[in-house]
Amino acid sequence: MISLAGRDILHAWGKFVFTGVGLGLLIGVTLTMAGVYRGMVDDAKVLLGNSGADLWVVQKDTLGPYAEPSSIYDDVYRGILGMPGVERAANVTYLTMQVRLGERDVRAMAVGIVPGGPGEPGYLVAGRQITRGHYEAVADMASGFKLGDRIQIRRNHYTVVGLTRRMVSSSGDPMVFIPLRDAQEAQFLKDNDVIVQQRRRTAANPAFNRPGVPGLLDAVIASQSNNSFVNAVLVQTKPGHSAEEVAEPIRRWKRLQVYTRVQMEEILVAKLIATSSKQIGMFLVILAIVSAAIVAFIIYTLTLGKIREIAVLKLIGTRNRTIAGMILQQALGLGFIGFVVGKISATLWAPLFPKYVLLEPGDAARGFAAVLIICALASVLAIRAALKVDPAEAIGG
Amino acid sequence: MADRLNNGIHIEGLTKRYGAGDTAVDALRGVDMQVAPGEVVGLVGPSGSGKTTLLKCLGAVIEPSSGSMKLGNDVIYKDGWKIKDLRALRRDNIGFVFQAPYLIPFLDVTDNVALLPMLAGRPNAESRQRALELLEALDVAHRAKAMPSQLSGGEQQRVAIARALVNRPPVILADEPTAPLDSERALAVIRILNKMAQQYQTAIIVVTHDEKIIPTFRRIYHIRDGRTHEEAGEGRTFE
Repeated sequence: MISLAGRDILHAWGKFVFTGVGLGLLIGVTLTMAGVYRGMVDDAKVLLGNSGADLWVVQKDTLGPYAEPSSIYDDVYRGILGMPGVERAANVTYLTMQVRLGERDVRAMAVGIVPGGPGEPGYLVAGRQITRGHYEAVADMASGFKLGDRIQIRRNHYTVVGLTRRMVSSSGDPMVFIPLRDAQEAQFLKDNDVIVQQRRRTAANPAFNRPGVPGLLDAVIASQSNNSFVNAVLVQTKPGHSAEEVAEPIRRWKRLQVYTRVQMEEILVAKLIATSSKQIGMFLVILAIVSAAIVAFIIYTLTLGKIREIAVLKLIGTRNRTIAGMILQQALGLGFIGFVVGKISATLWAPLFPKYVLLEPGDAARGFAAVLIICALASVLAIRAALKVDPAEAIGG
Repeated sequence: MADRLNNGIHIEGLTKRYGAGDTAVDALRGVDMQVAPGEVVGLVGPSGSGKTTLLKCLGAVIEPSSGSMKLGNDVIYKDGWKIKDLRALRRDNIGFVFQAPYLIPFLDVTDNVALLPMLAGRPNAESRQRALELLEALDVAHRAKAMPSQLSGGEQQRVAIARALVNRPPVILADEPTAPLDSERALAVIRILNKMAQQYQTAIIVVTHDEKIIPTFRRIYHIRDGRTHEEAGEGRTFE
């Protein structure tokens, strides 16, 4: 028996191909949306992996430093270094801001790190790590910065000495690593007017400006102009010590919150990007419904255009299942064309997206199965219409 | 098949009522008709006389209300269908030729004709061979690979006749097969139907309004108000 569906598709190939391309672009968008979600999850994992930390020590009762603001004193790390099982510990700050390069600016996360300590980018694709205490930066390639660029963070200029990749914040902003002291200053830097105002107010406060206590006012003002806070301390454990075993004494004795890598992954994936993933999930549902509606409409229209031929087929003895099979195969054929176009489109345009888009083969396989199921369901309407056709219609009257 | 059902068509007292009660309409009021194998008869009558209803009953696409129909020695209807699989009955025992050819537009000429034996489960090669033989007999074999849209009206109708004949049915029902054709082509179609009826011993009923072809029938059934009466035709050949 010849394939009626195959012959019909070959005969009206233009209609099928153009419809398939339209559907394919929609499927491409769907696959890309799934890729955006996968990219967010992967970015989160890579972010944790590249930080080189086993533990994140943050302010008590917070989900910091990525999901919630966290502020701890910058000398806390010294005490942590003395805790059992701690190999290395270093302060780190995170601040999302606009980083300027000439006339343009880039949304980025400025990360204050201690050169050589945990938190430093794990590997570079060009240049070198930060070696000076001030005004050097290592930038993620997604920022668009190049080696030797002079970028501006707040009032200070930094020279880009190294480039890294896959170091982005949970919201996809590329990271720019700068020395910790610079980052602390940038985080709490006030403009000159505010500094003058603050000094005037402090001098006007009789509690800080006592005639009988010389030097008190200067000391208070000096303390106000320094930032002695960081967002977190990143800890590397010694070999042979489990993360939880090292974390527990820090929680108990330092009265700080400590997260292991597993817990931090849970925060990043389940909490921080939960809303985004729901958003993407909604998009996927809507796109699936739109795809189904398009396939149903196209197949239904194609079937209605063949009512007379279907009546003739039924009159000359074609089984209902042969006619239903023809329509189902056409719907599946349309889905196949759409999926191939969609997969190619998604693969071609994914690198152009500002955020990392991870197209996983597993998602493609699941997407293919979903497309076929959607197409099969979408063909039900057309099959019903075809099965209702009375063979007597072929005779007319 | 023709060798099994070789006694043509016998219809007695066939009625068809649409609706019920006060709104009931009697489309057929006791039709009697006999067509022998190898014979081509005309069925003529004004619009609304019951021609199409009779054709649909004969084609087993609507159920008569009463009466009997025999194809060869088999009673297919007697106050109810006597055959379960009407689809197979249509496929194997009845050929249809329509006013428009209604060829399947996405199949070439050969496969349009070969589709029926393929639907009946015959191998593709055998079905195509049988189709090509018929196309040869109907003088359209040179268009065997063409698509229906590439054929003239006359060629399409000849392909439709080949499709009706391909399963060697004992009966062919032709519904105004010459309506869209000019006189010359219309007469050519009737000549072909006569030739095929003789060659394959098929009983053919041609429903027509076409004054050009009415003189070609040896027997004509006139239908009016759901009743038929038979008269002798001229049987002209127009060679």
